[in-house]
Amino acid sequence: MNAIEKILSRASGRENVLPGEIVEANIDCAMVNEITGHLTIKYFHEVGAKEVWNKEKIVMILDHTIPAGSVEAAELHKIMREFAREQGIRAFYDVGRGGISHQVMMEKAHVKPGDVVVGADSHTCTYGAIGAFSTGIGSTDMTAVFTTGRLWFKVPKVIKVNVRGDFRKFVVPKDLFLKIAKILGVSGANYMGLEFKGSTIRDMSIDGRMTICNMVIEVGGKAGIVEPDEKTLAYMKSRKNDRFSIMRSDPDAEYERTLELSVDDLQPLVSCPSAVDNVKLVSEVEGVELDQVFIGSCTNGRIEDLRIVAKILKGNVVSDRTRLIIIPASQEIYLDALREGLIETFLLSGATVTNPTCGACYGGHIGMLASGEVCLSTTNRNFIGRMGSPKSKVYLASPATAAVSAITGRITDPTSFKSG
Amino acid sequence: MKGRAWKFGDNVNTDIIIPYKYKARSIDPKTLAKHCMEGIDPGFSKKVQKGDFIVSGRNFGCGSSREQAPVSIKACGISVVIAESFARIFYRNAINIGLPVLVCEGVLKEVDDGDTIEVDLSKGFVNNLSKEKIIEVKKQPEFLEKMVKAGGLVEYYKKFRRFPW
Repeated sequence: MNAIEKILSRASGRENVLPGEIVEANIDCAMVNEITGHLTIKYFHEVGAKEVWNKEKIVMILDHTIPAGSVEAAELHKIMREFAREQGIRAFYDVGRGGISHQVMMEKAHVKPGDVVVGADSHTCTYGAIGAFSTGIGSTDMTAVFTTGRLWFKVPKVIKVNVRGDFRKFVVPKDLFLKIAKILGVSGANYMGLEFKGSTIRDMSIDGRMTICNMVIEVGGKAGIVEPDEKTLAYMKSRKNDRFSIMRSDPDAEYERTLELSVDDLQPLVSCPSAVDNVKLVSEVEGVELDQVFIGSCTNGRIEDLRIVAKILKGNVVSDRTRLIIIPASQEIYLDALREGLIETFLLSGATVTNPTCGACYGGHIGMLASGEVCLSTTNRNFIGRMGSPKSKVYLASPATAAVSAITGRITDPTSFKSG
Repeated sequence: MKGRAWKFGDNVNTDIIIPYKYKARSIDPKTLAKHCMEGIDPGFSKKVQKGDFIVSGRNFGCGSSREQAPVSIKACGISVVIAESFARIFYRNAINIGLPVLVCEGVLKEVDDGDTIEVDLSKGFVNNLSKEKIIEVKKQPEFLEKMVKAGGLVEYYKKFRRFPW
């Protein structure tokens, strides 16, 4: 069996499972944000439930619109806050306490290797980075989880993505995933898992692994997964959570297909409006003028991303024609960035830095685009109207490409940039 | 069930089905219905008659996990969404809120926008009355059929005091 099959077997109390089978699995951890959680709470009351199945296994995080940008958002926060209090759910992350849910779930060790984790947010697939099976569900499914702690899953077919080679300077895991999106297309892994393997993945940090697992949903995937290794163990140790079992794919595990990739010659890529698989070389679209550059989100708002950005921005200023918005993914990352002097570099370059939130990524309450405006963003979706006006355009790229492009005010290949 | 087919292409995403600005503001089905498919066909909800169908290509409903997308489709009167394939979270959400969804390979070729079609959920076929052509659909697991029949997961639970799987 492969790792995903092993995890689902363990969680559903079976010796083995086959792709396509429906299983009912015990959930190790369930997460909701305020956009989806308020509906779960409403349905929880509607079905007449009184107590959640396990208050220690539920995590509630305010992240989409924080601090509240409208009365409506404030009402959703209030519903979440009251439910957490009433049910005795300790893992409630209010404004100023956590940040973007997927980052918080990892930092606060709510997720462990080998776990089955569901979140009422499509980017829940991020936690495959440490070898968990994690996937996004809707608010109603979450009601079943809150009530019983169990949920049905179809065991997915899994594509093995074998990656070898070394990244060139300023070419990063985001570029690798955009390459995968170009190959598979936006529905190429529909209902499937992606297991990332090979020397490049072994050399990749947990931050980088989170970026590639995060974007699995953008090719239709159910979950991404990376086999736990010494980097995973070190990460878990630093998070003071070392009680877990590791599930590894058997050497003869079966896969739907294998994708062999090398990153040796990989060049910076950009996903052009308005589909994630509309991927081109940055050099092919170089020169496109930018009104806004956004660096952040559950895809690319981590400390490693911010370090690359600071390295590029140091001693430079953002182009007059462009505004640069930077959002650290969590309170912890914000504080680390502050202590390392990154925030100072950002501010001196003319960037604006806001508190951790999803707000700018999905056209929520900040960083909205006007009609005709063009934005280069390190986020995960460039759908029509995603970041504001339906007449605006969004390009997706890496933090390195974003930082260099913010300086020039145009889409620019970072590999030609000379850093200090 | 008989009605008009409203045809869309591949990869119709949740931001197109219901733009975010309405998702955040409302969970009221009537409000959501007014803006259904606004990202691709403004005024769609005014044209739809109760019982009509959406016929679409691959990966229908890709993107966000928010349930406002299937709720808006159901609330504007669409009785069934028929697509070559669905994004998995949308598929689960639709069934959970009681919107029938059918996987029907080749449906884009067999149905034109404006055709009158008939759908039999229990027997599992789509009949294109305008073209006199019957198209088979992929059978769903029984527990999902039961859930749709009951009007969704919450309704099922209220009726049977348990979940259907």
